[in-house]
Amino acid sequence: MWPVNPRGCWTLFVRESHRFMKVKMQTIVAPALTAVLYLMVFHYAMGERSVPGLSVPYFDFLIPGLVMMSMLQNAFANTSSSIIVGKVMNVHIYLLMAPLSAIEAIAAFLAAAVLRALIVAAVLLAVLAPFSSLGFQHIGLILFYGVCGSILMGGFGIIGGMWSKKFDDMALISNFLIMPLTFLSGVFYSVKQLPPLWQQINAFNPFFYLIDGFRYGFIGVGDTNPMTAIWVVLTATIVCMVACWYLWLIGWKLKE
Amino acid sequence: MVEFALQVKGLTKSYANGKQALKGVSLEVPAGSFYALLGPNGAGKSTLINILADIVRPGEGSATLFGHDLFADRAWCKRRMGVVPQEVAFDPFFNPREVLKISSGMFGVKPDMAWIDELLARLELTEHCGKNTRQLSGGMRRRLLVAQALVHKPPLVILDEPTAGVDVELRRRLWDFMRELNAAGTTILLTTHYLEEAEELCDHVTIVDKGKVVADRPMRELMREVAGRYLWLSYGESFVLSEDDEVALAAFQPRTNGRGVSLTLRHVEGAASSFHAAYEAAVTRFGPPQDAGIRQEDLEDVFIRLTHEHDEQPNADQTKVNA
Repeated sequence: MWPVNPRGCWTLFVRESHRFMKVKMQTIVAPALTAVLYLMVFHYAMGERSVPGLSVPYFDFLIPGLVMMSMLQNAFANTSSSIIVGKVMNVHIYLLMAPLSAIEAIAAFLAAAVLRALIVAAVLLAVLAPFSSLGFQHIGLILFYGVCGSILMGGFGIIGGMWSKKFDDMALISNFLIMPLTFLSGVFYSVKQLPPLWQQINAFNPFFYLIDGFRYGFIGVGDTNPMTAIWVVLTATIVCMVACWYLWLIGWKLKE
Repeated sequence: MVEFALQVKGLTKSYANGKQALKGVSLEVPAGSFYALLGPNGAGKSTLINILADIVRPGEGSATLFGHDLFADRAWCKRRMGVVPQEVAFDPFFNPREVLKISSGMFGVKPDMAWIDELLARLELTEHCGKNTRQLSGGMRRRLLVAQALVHKPPLVILDEPTAGVDVELRRRLWDFMRELNAAGTTILLTTHYLEEAEELCDHVTIVDKGKVVADRPMRELMREVAGRYLWLSYGESFVLSEDDEVALAAFQPRTNGRGVSLTLRHVEGAASSFHAAYEAAVTRFGPPQDAGIRQEDLEDVFIRLTHEHDEQPNADQTKVNA
């Protein structure tokens, strides 16, 4: 339950980090390329228009959203793919046999997910920022939302990986839950453009706060109060971490 | 007083599908021993090992490892245990050297590169240590599992069918390596389908069948007291035992295969062998044989007999086999 093996925790973190770096074309370069394609398409489709209600160029509005969406999707992919591959290949037994506490196992998985998300974000910003007038107005908020978002989605990836029995189950979660949630949380548009009902529904969507808060860190304006967003995101992140820890502790769907 | 590497008491396990895999298994593995855990497929061996390895949740019962409560102090116990699982599992992202470094670190031990190189060499993986595990053959992957179990130098090594799919020559070298480790003080608990290996290597044997222990003896004692010895006498074709023959030789449980007779030799502690009496009785009834000899049951015969006896007593309680 409590930390017992710091070296083991560090080793698992290094293993998880090496794992995604070994396939960096798939884990780093491909997401960056996808984001650039999105940006090109929307740039030409939207022209020089500003975002209604926010008075910022659409390009500057879109970039933080795309970066955050990529971070969330990559953090989810890192933990979920590791656990489902482990289960399918039966390698997860080595995690169970190792003298690692639940806290250490979860911490290592989440830290690697955050690292991958930060690397993806850095690559995306390095590629996209020169084409915009994007600033870094609140660097602390950018890091807060970036790290919390990655932990939250890394945690969802752990839970999804534990729940899934086969790759198909994981594809179900990824395509029918994660992808729509991240797409519909204000990456491409301001939620003020949505009908009132959808705006109210969005108030219960933590991804909306993550993306909006992250964007606020760059452009200084957003759809919601950044202080409210901090509490929502912090609460969601802590609840997710505790859930991961507890499920790992009891060996949910891992041990018979 | 004997120190035990592992003590299991009354361990049970029922799976969600209702299958009762373990029905109160108890065993004691002395520290430094080479211990065989045998049983037919589905007997509960792997369930027991998987419970010890923390892959499967235990039911009732207790277990201690070098005196520590296994279920209460998992981390302490796991550091002192290396398990070779029955199913081949390999991490598809790394090569054997990386896998061993990771395994070592996961057990809280700084990777000892000299030991890792020795393991790779002893398990004949050195020339493949730069290949991704996906490129290894089944036998190589299985040897890598053995190396993973040994990389943190545990005092107790549990091998669940480690030689399945490994060719004869490599198997022999693997067992030489295990003997060396055992001689250096490592306790080894082994399950195998190659019973002659268990007979050759192990000094103690526990046989489980249908989730229960059916024999638990030092190997030498089991072979001396439980493994039968038979005197066979050949008389050529068309040999038939009459009812009178059966009665006269009843003390030797005579059996015929149509060409001669086989008589069971009793072992009584401290008494002379019954060989002479059996031979005399046969010669008195049938005359001198064309050929004769003594056949000693091996572990495989004992194993089949004990698990067969257990089949015939499905409700019998866990019993120790008495000679």
